[in-house]
Amino acid sequence: MAQIKVEALDKSFGTFHAVKSASFTVEDGQFLCLLGPSGCGKTTTLRMIAGLELPTAGTIRLDGEDVTMNRASARDIAFVFQLFALYPHMNVRRNIGFPLKCEGISAAERDRRVVEAARILRISHLLDRSVSGLAGGDRQRVALGRAIVRKPKCFLMDEPLGALDTEMREAMIHELRALHDRLGATTVYVTHDQLEAMAMADRIAVMNNGVVEQVASPRDIYDRPASLFVADFIGSPPMNFLPFRGELQTGAEAIRLGERDVAIPAAREALAESELVLGVRPEHVRFTDRGMVRGEVYGTEYLGTTQVVTVKTHYGALKARSSSSKSFQTGETVGLDFRPDTLSIFDKASGRAIRTALHERGAHG
Amino acid sequence: MTSVTTAHSVVEPSATTRRFAGSLVVLYAVITMIPLVWIMLTAFKSPDDAISYPPKVMFKPSLEGFCNLFTTRSRQTPEFIRSLGPPQGLCDSIARERNMVVAGPSNYVPRFVNSLIIAFGSTVLAVALGTLSAYGFSRFRVPLKDDLLFFILSTRMMPPIAVAIPIYLMYRTIGLSDTRLGMILLYTSVNVSLAVWLLKGFIDEIPREYEEAAMIDGYTRFQAFVKVVLPQATTGIAATAIFCLIFAWNEYAFAVLLTSGNAQTAPPFIPIIIGEGGQDWPAVAAGTTLFLVPIVVFTVLLRKHLLRGITFGAVRK
Repeated sequence: MAQIKVEALDKSFGTFHAVKSASFTVEDGQFLCLLGPSGCGKTTTLRMIAGLELPTAGTIRLDGEDVTMNRASARDIAFVFQLFALYPHMNVRRNIGFPLKCEGISAAERDRRVVEAARILRISHLLDRSVSGLAGGDRQRVALGRAIVRKPKCFLMDEPLGALDTEMREAMIHELRALHDRLGATTVYVTHDQLEAMAMADRIAVMNNGVVEQVASPRDIYDRPASLFVADFIGSPPMNFLPFRGELQTGAEAIRLGERDVAIPAAREALAESELVLGVRPEHVRFTDRGMVRGEVYGTEYLGTTQVVTVKTHYGALKARSSSSKSFQTGETVGLDFRPDTLSIFDKASGRAIRTALHERGAHG
Repeated sequence: MTSVTTAHSVVEPSATTRRFAGSLVVLYAVITMIPLVWIMLTAFKSPDDAISYPPKVMFKPSLEGFCNLFTTRSRQTPEFIRSLGPPQGLCDSIARERNMVVAGPSNYVPRFVNSLIIAFGSTVLAVALGTLSAYGFSRFRVPLKDDLLFFILSTRMMPPIAVAIPIYLMYRTIGLSDTRLGMILLYTSVNVSLAVWLLKGFIDEIPREYEEAAMIDGYTRFQAFVKVVLPQATTGIAATAIFCLIFAWNEYAFAVLLTSGNAQTAPPFIPIIIGEGGQDWPAVAAGTTLFLVPIVVFTVLLRKHLLRGITFGAVRK
């Protein structure tokens, strides 16, 4: 098992700059998700760690050793592909044993380890089957078997659940996480699905347009987004954004939004007057008649225990999560209030989050 | 639950349609088989039956055609033949009925062997080169890839025989005229463009994740190519090999022009088998019949690979 350290990694394909100076560290035994929309460079980053692509610049260290330019076979890692990449001309047993064959391990030892891997993944009964007849989940287990049988330094997974149906995916999320805990293996997992990332990861690296926007625990990513993009990408429905113009003094505990003052977590930096954005999670919007923002109910989405109410306001459509016991009429005028200690403020031009007291509280708790 | 029963399915063809389509296929097969059957019948006719008019469908089978194909004979006086003692084998006795004795083997076997060596040699070479270049074009960023592929394809845009004269002169100068190597190289160069294009299609279909998985598992790219890509490309390789073999096996024009005594293949040899008083049609037909055998055997051997889509279902797309 090993630590993976990625430093200032760059990758260009011709004129297309796929990954821009990506840096992050995956500690020994950690489960890191690379999360982002398609085309954001997450798969390219993973393929560079694997050695399937060579970076244009930057270094990759495995356990402190610089492996940036090593070929894939010299890195002692395992890779699980979205399409599983099971060899159709081999049965399950030979597929799982294939990596061991390369290392010149004896047939008896090979068989012992294949059986062991199959037992962990509960596919012992499938060992002599052909891979083409297997169901999606079983194929995924065989692909995982091929990865774990070699006991590599780390696992890299490229959307391994992307090809499964929803039900199977749910089950595999828990299986994968349990497998990770059991093996204690350093894992880098690429996905575009925030629910997968939130459910499995110790840490999430959110990428956009080739840039790593934030690397943090799922809780920090959700509660303390480092940029407008992260705030918008994570959460369903996403964070509400209220654009405003103003200045900020260090220690300020309110901002001027329209005619009213809105309490915020105390600012930790000063800002000259500029275009800013106030970010509010839908669950931190409260309905009160004395609310600082007023608007008209546009529609509601019923989600069982909660409902999402869309309110048309001066700042655009805001979404609020409320208990589904309340009832709202379309067209009804409501007042909205925000929970002060949870608000985020962003610089509109750069998208960067302004440092406030929010970032000090329980960053790891 | 109620189920709706319809008289006939919308997607399945009806029994009548199927019977009609079936008889069309059989009819077409029969029509295309007639020349082939006629050649095979002619191979077993006597020279007189072969040229009789109206043509004979019923006749007394004879092996004279095959005997004449494999032997050369000389005409002798009956007195001389009587002085020779008993005939040496079947062909000798057939020849003696016509006042001839077997003088020695004909050139058919050496020509047939030339055909085998040249056709299979060029097929192996064309498919090997084609597989490697198709893999390269499919997987790597080759500078000017599209132009190169077009250039390779463009070699097929004229009939090969259009360059026969330059090739003849070139071969004479560099000493490849009438050599097996020369013919192998020639047929390879004609076939390799076909092989590259056909195989590139097949290899493009094989997801590159397979090799990447193997390379991460510790194999070199070449090992991954041999152990993972080749087994999955067998269908394409088999199909390509059959196309290449059929071309090289049947090629006539270059063979006539470039080969004579040494490296001559069967196609230019068969039609010029001369018997008593002109073309020896039963011998020609016998030579043609035997000439069909290797292609049929090769195709039957590879049939399994041609029909089996081995990657079916292994990758979800």
